[in-house]
Amino acid sequence: MYSRAYKAIVSAPPLLWTGVFLLVPYALMFAQSLWTVREGVIVHQWNWHNYGTLVTNPLYASVFLRTLRIAGSVTFLSVLLGYPLAYYLSFHSGVRKELLYQLVIVPLWVSYLVRGYAWKTILGSEGVLNSFMRYAHLTHGPVEFLLYSPFAVVLVLTHIYTPFAFLPIYAALENVPRALAEASQDLGAGPGKTFARVILPLSMPGLIAGATFAFVLSLGDFLAPLLVGGASGTMIANVVQSLFGAAYDWPLGAAISVCMLAIILLLLFSTERLEKRWSFK
Amino acid sequence: MNRGRNAWPGGGAPLLALHAGLVFAFIYLPIAVLILYSFNRAGVGGFPPRDLTLDWYAQLFADGAIWDSVLNSLIVAVGSVALSMTLGLLAALALDRADFPGKALFRRLVLLPLILPGIITGLSLLVFARFAEVQLSLWTVFLGHGTALISVAATELFAGLQKMDRTQEEASLDLGATPWQTFWRVTLPNLRLSLIAAALLIFTLSMDEIAVTFFLIGRETTLPLEIWARLRRGITPEINAISTLIFGVSVVLIVVWYRIRARSLSVFAAETSAVPEVSHELVAP
Amino acid sequence: MSALNAINRATGGAPEPPAASGTLLEIREVSKRFGARDVLKGISLEIAAGEFLTLLGESGSGKTTLLRLIAGFEQLSAGEIRMRGERLDPLPPYRRRVNTVFQQYALFPHLSVEENVAYGLRVKKAPAREIAERVGEALRMVKMSDYAAARPAKLSGGQQQRVALARALINRPELLLLDEPLSALDANLRRQMQSELKALQREVGITFLFVTHDQEEAMALSDRIALLRDGAIEQVASPRAIYASPATAYTAQFIGQTNLLRAEVRDGAATCGPICFRAAGVPDGPATFSLRPESIRLAEDVQPGPPPIRFQGTIRQQIYGGSTELLEVDCGEKLRLRVRISARGPMGGTHEFAFSQGDVIRVRE
Repeated sequence: MYSRAYKAIVSAPPLLWTGVFLLVPYALMFAQSLWTVREGVIVHQWNWHNYGTLVTNPLYASVFLRTLRIAGSVTFLSVLLGYPLAYYLSFHSGVRKELLYQLVIVPLWVSYLVRGYAWKTILGSEGVLNSFMRYAHLTHGPVEFLLYSPFAVVLVLTHIYTPFAFLPIYAALENVPRALAEASQDLGAGPGKTFARVILPLSMPGLIAGATFAFVLSLGDFLAPLLVGGASGTMIANVVQSLFGAAYDWPLGAAISVCMLAIILLLLFSTERLEKRWSFK
Repeated sequence: MNRGRNAWPGGGAPLLALHAGLVFAFIYLPIAVLILYSFNRAGVGGFPPRDLTLDWYAQLFADGAIWDSVLNSLIVAVGSVALSMTLGLLAALALDRADFPGKALFRRLVLLPLILPGIITGLSLLVFARFAEVQLSLWTVFLGHGTALISVAATELFAGLQKMDRTQEEASLDLGATPWQTFWRVTLPNLRLSLIAAALLIFTLSMDEIAVTFFLIGRETTLPLEIWARLRRGITPEINAISTLIFGVSVVLIVVWYRIRARSLSVFAAETSAVPEVSHELVAP
Repeated sequence: MSALNAINRATGGAPEPPAASGTLLEIREVSKRFGARDVLKGISLEIAAGEFLTLLGESGSGKTTLLRLIAGFEQLSAGEIRMRGERLDPLPPYRRRVNTVFQQYALFPHLSVEENVAYGLRVKKAPAREIAERVGEALRMVKMSDYAAARPAKLSGGQQQRVALARALINRPELLLLDEPLSALDANLRRQMQSELKALQREVGITFLFVTHDQEEAMALSDRIALLRDGAIEQVASPRAIYASPATAYTAQFIGQTNLLRAEVRDGAATCGPICFRAAGVPDGPATFSLRPESIRLAEDVQPGPPPIRFQGTIRQQIYGGSTELLEVDCGEKLRLRVRISARGPMGGTHEFAFSQGDVIRVRE
């Protein structure tokens, strides 16, 4: 139905644009990672020096491990919060389903910065939460670890990314035909068994997608640490950010970025395979 | 025994409802605090808030720098919508209808910025800008947003295309319209809902964008970065005020979107006597 | 079972089987409301053990809702349902000795045919050997043994339906509910499945409650038909009884074709246009009668018995149907009747027609 001219006209511009503005920059990033900095100037000498630094210098490894831990916690919590919420909305919310769904979506439209800032005002030693606890005589002095700690970063990131995890899980659950759950109960399985044997397996692709979303986005997040992380809550993206900023070592920063990109692509590849294995079309 | 209308025979629903309630509370707590404390005379922090005032809003409205940044953000956002939607629509059409070598790679490439952390997209474009010796400015920000948000447009429009009734296009061609005419008279109107959804989403994401903007900004500034700069200097409830306004605008946009969608679906149903997918009345036998 | 058949044939169908033969399910004054709509209005019905009962009706008549109430997927608004005397309606679906074959089969896409069929037994934690044995037997019964390892997505509609049947029957329920299971199949496959289904029911002896909107299907399969209309039962009888003796005009028109004669009765004689016939015991005033097209013949086709009622009519339309012709006959005085006679080539013009007094049945409106 569609002529070759039609297909060519339609494919060429986006192909060209993404080639120029996505592929080329990634390639340049890789090229950049193979250079070095000497006396504050980028020198175009090809070498693997930066990658060597990443491997040998324990600083980067420890920040990276902390990043992994934080991303892992965020993923776990987001799914823990998001899945039952999605299940409730899909199966138990009746007429209010559409409204409740919108209520989950609304915060996604509200600025990340705004929400991160709000947590900052809540968690600080003079913040809302501490003041409330003093007011209610629950504590005497400020609880310090709430802000400028990995805890705060995990809290903020969970807050931001739970709706992201929720979306694909909800979509997957909505796609489970209600008749299957009815059939399962008809055959003698109560709600718990029906969930475990029918609904959960069929919603796995959504769960995997949601978890992947939360993990990958947390992995590369640099805003939450800047807002609420303090010194102990720095993540790998902050290191990159400073290398491209004040610390001025673009090649090293590029090397870390390339590594991040590689890890993320590997992850996406694996989860895509996993999702396929769990889809039963 | 009557457990109410359409009672889904599942126990444990009260526990689930409780969990859902707690999650909602968690999600909305910061927003509620934000709004509340924008009226607090004593500023952020402290409990409970007393002395409600509109002073911070007054201060906000007198603040020229903020509104300059809002204007910049708007310009970039509108431009991004135009750029992303155009390329995203073409990409969606290509994915839906064309086959060419490397199509799978193309699809992944287009969708990559959706899931890739913004810092990577931002930095690679920065490296590109440096390489091309282009100075950082609102233009680079615009290009960055436009490129990154193609993925959003493509996803939304692709879904819309998949749901569309092909035979309408076939009928149009059969009746003598050229492919170009068919595109304008049949394809686009059918995509109206997806187009509006994509536009609203891209606009909002561009207004709020920080990660990519952070690395591509020149001397001007956008709203999120202006707020960011102020945060570095110190917290003032003026930020609560602007945040509350941002939240208000977001809610309005969502309500508008909801209305458009509801009206579009009911018009569609009336015209085609098809049952819309979003239906909560149980259709009896 | 065949005794029940014999009784039905002999008496032209009893609306309620005597309790002594084993009432399996008692539906008492059941109502169901959705929002402002009364979908079921005080339905009462008894289903005998081992019978094949069909709930017949148009969409919106309430038949699927009634089925879902019995299965347990909806709650009653009023009334009660009892199985062998015990209250059924408070129980959730997984505690009822009832299984369902769904309209879209509802096979679990992530399980193989074997795992689908074994589901009910696995949930009950039956021993593995018993499961394997019974699954094999069930698959043999529906002729799907070769497909044990296949996934439902790879099967045709008819094959999926058999698997759905096996999955339900393996649990040996007291009652099997079938929600329009054949409606997604094409005509030939449908007919084949109908006879297989009937044979299957006879073989296993389980009570079948079958829902359909297709009256031919209902007549082919059922021991009794319950015709539903707008949430109430119009008539319950065996297929032959309901066809030969419809209680209402709606029934007469829904099942098979008929001519509805809206006549005026005076002194035991009914007049409808140019046609007059006896209406003994019918009070004076308007009354409606049903006369099936196949009961009317050409006067020249002589038949033994008491003298028939004759009338003249002009053939306006003739529809050839292979073995029969369906004629639309204008009888004068604005009366048009449909007449079905054996095929005899194109006809036209005015003829004399006749029908027997006994073929005119009085029906309620």
